[in-house]
Amino acid sequence: MLDVPHATTAESSETNFDLRKEAEAAGITDTLQQLEQELIGLRPVKNRVRQIASLLLIERIRQRAGLASSPPTLHMSFTGNPGTGKTTVALRMAKILHGLGFVRRGQVISVTRDDLVGQYIGHTAPKTKEILKKAMGGVLFIDEAYYLHRPDNERDYGQEAIEILLQVMENQREDLVVVLAGYGERMTSFFASNPGFRSRIAHHIEFPDYAEAELLVIAELMLRERGYRLSAAAREAFEKYIALRRTQPFFSNARSIRNAVDRIRLRQADRLVSDLNRLLDVADLETIDPADVLASRVFSGGADAQRSAKP
Amino acid sequence: MKLTQGCFSFLPDLTDEQITKQVQYCLTNGWAVNIEFTDDPHPRNTYWEMWGLPMFDLQDAAGVMMELAECRRVYGDRYIRISGFDSSHGWESVRISFLVNRPPQEAEFELVRQEVGGRAIRYTTIRKPAAHASS
Repeated sequence: MLDVPHATTAESSETNFDLRKEAEAAGITDTLQQLEQELIGLRPVKNRVRQIASLLLIERIRQRAGLASSPPTLHMSFTGNPGTGKTTVALRMAKILHGLGFVRRGQVISVTRDDLVGQYIGHTAPKTKEILKKAMGGVLFIDEAYYLHRPDNERDYGQEAIEILLQVMENQREDLVVVLAGYGERMTSFFASNPGFRSRIAHHIEFPDYAEAELLVIAELMLRERGYRLSAAAREAFEKYIALRRTQPFFSNARSIRNAVDRIRLRQADRLVSDLNRLLDVADLETIDPADVLASRVFSGGADAQRSAKP
Repeated sequence: MKLTQGCFSFLPDLTDEQITKQVQYCLTNGWAVNIEFTDDPHPRNTYWEMWGLPMFDLQDAAGVMMELAECRRVYGDRYIRISGFDSSHGWESVRISFLVNRPPQEAEFELVRQEVGGRAIRYTTIRKPAAHASS
């Protein structure tokens, strides 16, 4: 009689769970969908975020079913080139964690070295603690975390901040989630010189660079958000723009695209204003013409080429 | 003798969990939470020493509890209280104050009456010396 599977399911409501209802109650279906729609590309990141969300959901249900559950370690490190969406994902992550009740408040405190490390002896510890206290119950996002460690100066106060961080990360795991972010190689060397950090972080997520097609979709999404659209010819011009811009120095993925979009808006406005005798209609206001894109410095060899051409 | 000052002092001492909830209540109301300590809990001693700065931009009580643990580690043999200061217009004062730590040997006070002219009476609260307190 004991091994009849139905016997257990009929006993009480807490032995079977409607997964869809649970996921919706926690708000992760919405958040994940939003993540899927608003963030272009980033396949490995999305997969990992979904895995973490699933684990948290199952963990929560296990807890209610009375199964052994230990609070998972949620500290993360985001590595990737500039403009690959690390901060954006961190904000989303906080929302997911909050929805699942693994952080109590869900606020994100975004800091860099300056906010944690003091200027003189005895300044660092209170400063770091102040930030940690603010981040309690939420997510502490440390951008460009490798600046905390200055290998060339052994008396640097950064080490003190690191020690306090590690201690809190270990002892108050259920109170806050620390997310370290930075560019790939420098994070690797940072972890190499601070093995304590590496082992305390469960999730190392790499943000890949965007493909050209993805960058175009991002640009169109940005334009749509701002109430513009590309004409067919302008779209072609922008494709060329992306291909060229990627090969030029200081390319930082989506951030470069955002700046390009802003400059294109400037040029479009300039083009419209240059002819004051004209009657504008809505289509004029929202359409980006190829001329707006093609006027970019990128097509004349980039900012560097122009600067060096000047006497 | 159990010292009774501030909120909840006639109740059994608050557990850490209960303190956390009280602190969270303060933070949710937007009050600045202070940790104060003293070795002189005379009722007229209004100003206790502060442990660090007031904590007014916290979201969660865990931060205050972290500081409280640190304060207890250093001043576990003194009285520690937590107060919540409401800075909103019209209040601008302490809204809640409660003890969170007592020394193993509590302070003892004594009421002294003094007859003065015209059979009027003056009262003074004096602290009994520690040797007396132990008996």
